[in-house]
Amino acid sequence: MHYDVRSRERGVSIEMNAKIAAEDAGPAIQFQDVTYGLDGRVPHTIVNNIRFSVASGQTLILLGRSGSGKTTLLKLINRLLVPTVGQVIVRGRLTTDWDPIRLRRGLGYVIQDAGLFPHFTVAENIALVPSLEKWDAARTTARVSELLSLVGLEPAQYCKRRPHELSGGQRQRVGVARALAADPPILLMDEPFGALDPVTRAELQREFSALARRLRKTIVFVTHDLREALLLASRIILLENGRIIADCSPQEFPRIDHPEVHAFTACLTPLPGALE
Amino acid sequence: MTPWTFFLEHRAEILEATVTHLTLVIIAMAFAIAIGVPLGMFIVHRPALRNLALGLASIFQTIPSLALFGFLIPIPFIGGIGRRTAIVALVLYALLPILRNTYVGLTGIDPAVLEAAEAMGMTQSQILWRVRLPLARAVILAGIRTATIITIGVTTIAAAIGAGGLGTFIFRGVAMVSDAVILAGAIPAALLAIAADLLLGLLERRLKIT
Repeated sequence: MHYDVRSRERGVSIEMNAKIAAEDAGPAIQFQDVTYGLDGRVPHTIVNNIRFSVASGQTLILLGRSGSGKTTLLKLINRLLVPTVGQVIVRGRLTTDWDPIRLRRGLGYVIQDAGLFPHFTVAENIALVPSLEKWDAARTTARVSELLSLVGLEPAQYCKRRPHELSGGQRQRVGVARALAADPPILLMDEPFGALDPVTRAELQREFSALARRLRKTIVFVTHDLREALLLASRIILLENGRIIADCSPQEFPRIDHPEVHAFTACLTPLPGALE
Repeated sequence: MTPWTFFLEHRAEILEATVTHLTLVIIAMAFAIAIGVPLGMFIVHRPALRNLALGLASIFQTIPSLALFGFLIPIPFIGGIGRRTAIVALVLYALLPILRNTYVGLTGIDPAVLEAAEAMGMTQSQILWRVRLPLARAVILAGIRTATIITIGVTTIAAAIGAGGLGTFIFRGVAMVSDAVILAGAIPAALLAIAADLLLGLLERRLKIT
């Protein structure tokens, strides 16, 4: 399987991206000294004094162990959470100033279990945001087939299926297609390939890496898998206990001298003698 | 007098009682659904009200049915002898399974689905109508099915406060110490319950989403 997009459609996508890039000249996302505590309280903080910004078109990987606060950062971007201290700016506007509905419709979101609606067909799932945005039927249908081809699923074959008739990998492909439906400039991904078997995972990672390069969207991608991070990242932020440990390019990452970095790079070394 | 000969001799009367019985059940269920389902939807995001509503509905359920009919008689407007009082009691009785299943169905949805819905920019009311409700409908219907079966049974007791129905034969049979007369009320009531269970069970299976 590979991404099969006809040239006409590719032309449209690049045009739209160019337009979006012009609108959002500044950083796509900025965290300004953000602290988030449970129940809005400072003593129970999950993330502390987070400051970084994501340039348009960048693929930022938030790397860390479970509980390091990476998902929390993602949810602060689409205002599923609101900072206790500090502020998050998305496309030039504070998340608290955005109408949350408008903000989220401009942010594609992909999660680990895909979160597809079981009572919707594949086509209806992908058409979710277009239907909320009241696109006409012809435009929606065209967009759905375009996206299915883009994620490597034959439109005629998969349109009418329900999520439970798909494999885990196929569900995740549909999840990516749904997130891209209304062509949002920013994609948020929370361990999207985490629940897949290793072979399917590797396949989707490779395909997504090619797709991401072509779409040129701003991507914030949460993972605990350094291999995945190195494959996809244009930049890696390593988190530990809600604090930023490292903020660097994937090339620099392995050279950083910090115990948590060593802990992650140690996972990359193959078992001694395993593959000889 | 065998049950069969009694049944044959009184078949018109039994049929009429069955129709009355069924009418009471349908009216009571219509009210119970009209109250229970919207109330269940309303309490999804209101925890304080949820405890109050589910608590009250549970209390009604614990009152023995004969006592509930009795308690309602002296209450003005809704009380008195007859059908209206019976329907009020039946509605109160049927409310809990419908309300509880509506609530459980609407809240027992895969959190990943709800998170995706919210993150995609759906409003709470869009999530309720387009996601929660369609996914909960089989569970809601299961509650309606339970409530219907309970109501068909409890309606036999409504005869005690003059609402008519198949309970008339049961009470008369108890007074006459006649199994034949009791069975003339009990068998049709049991058959109604079985039929309702089968029909609603069939509908429930069709609504289920895998």
